Amino acid sequence: MSTGSTQDLACKEVVELVTDYLEQALSHDERTRFEQHLALCGGCKEYLREIRSAIDLSRKLSRGTLAGNVRDDLLNLFRKWKAG
Amino acid sequence: MAMDSAPVESMAPGERHSSENLGTPRSGRTEDLRLAAAIQAGDEKAFLSLVERHHKAMVRLAGAYVPPGVAEEVTQEAWIGVLKGLHKFEGRSTLKAWIFRILINCAQFRGAREARAVPFSALEEESQEPAVGKERFLEADHSRWPGHWVSYPQPWSEERLLSEETLAMVAKAMDGLPRAQREVMRLRDVEGWTSAEVCEALEISEVNQRVLLHRARSKVRQAIEPYVSGGTR
Repeated sequence: MSTGSTQDLACKEVVELVTDYLEQALSHDERTRFEQHLALCGGCKEYLREIRSAIDLSRKLSRGTLAGNVRDDLLNLFRKWKAG
Repeated sequence: MAMDSAPVESMAPGERHSSENLGTPRSGRTEDLRLAAAIQAGDEKAFLSLVERHHKAMVRLAGAYVPPGVAEEVTQEAWIGVLKGLHKFEGRSTLKAWIFRILINCAQFRGAREARAVPFSALEEESQEPAVGKERFLEADHSRWPGHWVSYPQPWSEERLLSEETLAMVAKAMDGLPRAQREVMRLRDVEGWTSAEVCEALEISEVNQRVLLHRARSKVRQAIEPYVSGGTR
């Protein structure tokens, strides 16, 4: 039973578990070990923060609005379909 | 591969994945069915609301199967397939998943004609690339701290994180990803899909999806690190 030693997981392993952690795909034990490591390791805590930042940034790559001509094309397509 | 043999049969919604972000599944289903009925009744506004919501993401995803020049055209074909097949939509999957399934069928069909019908899977990925370069960690036989950071990643500059340059770097890094990684990250992180939705649309396993997402996010982080860490490297 771990007493919270960071010996359990190496940082090199932690960075590979980050996605499983965020996706809540770790087993209960893995999750505990992961969080114990994080509590004691500033480097991995920072790494997790950076991954979260990368996700937040990608979220900003929004699609914007549809170009008017594309919208018109699709509306025509819809009207044609409706007319049968 | 005909688009009217589309997905309805094969796409029972995964009941194990309760939808965290989508409201209750039941109300989502009711809304989907209502929308489908409105469109069938000829409601242009209802159709346009779907188009506004999904068209751009569809074109992007089609671009993963066919040359960029025909992605728009393939997506229009998909919309025709959607309209023709709408009377068969029963709400067993979400309307979104159903539409994207039709899109992917169209794109794969076209891609096959153009000899680009590579299926989505992690197999096309380079295996075992680490999330962080191994030079950043101490050797496995290090006496005190095997596998630990040589030096900690440096906190990122808030100001740079918020800059247009950084956002452009993220976009560029994503564009440079292998196809499956790029599309999974796009759908999950840019479009905000749940993992269940991505797995369903791309027909990949949860594990597969996580591996692809992991590689993608790790690389995007890596790509912006030198800049947002303050340009010290």
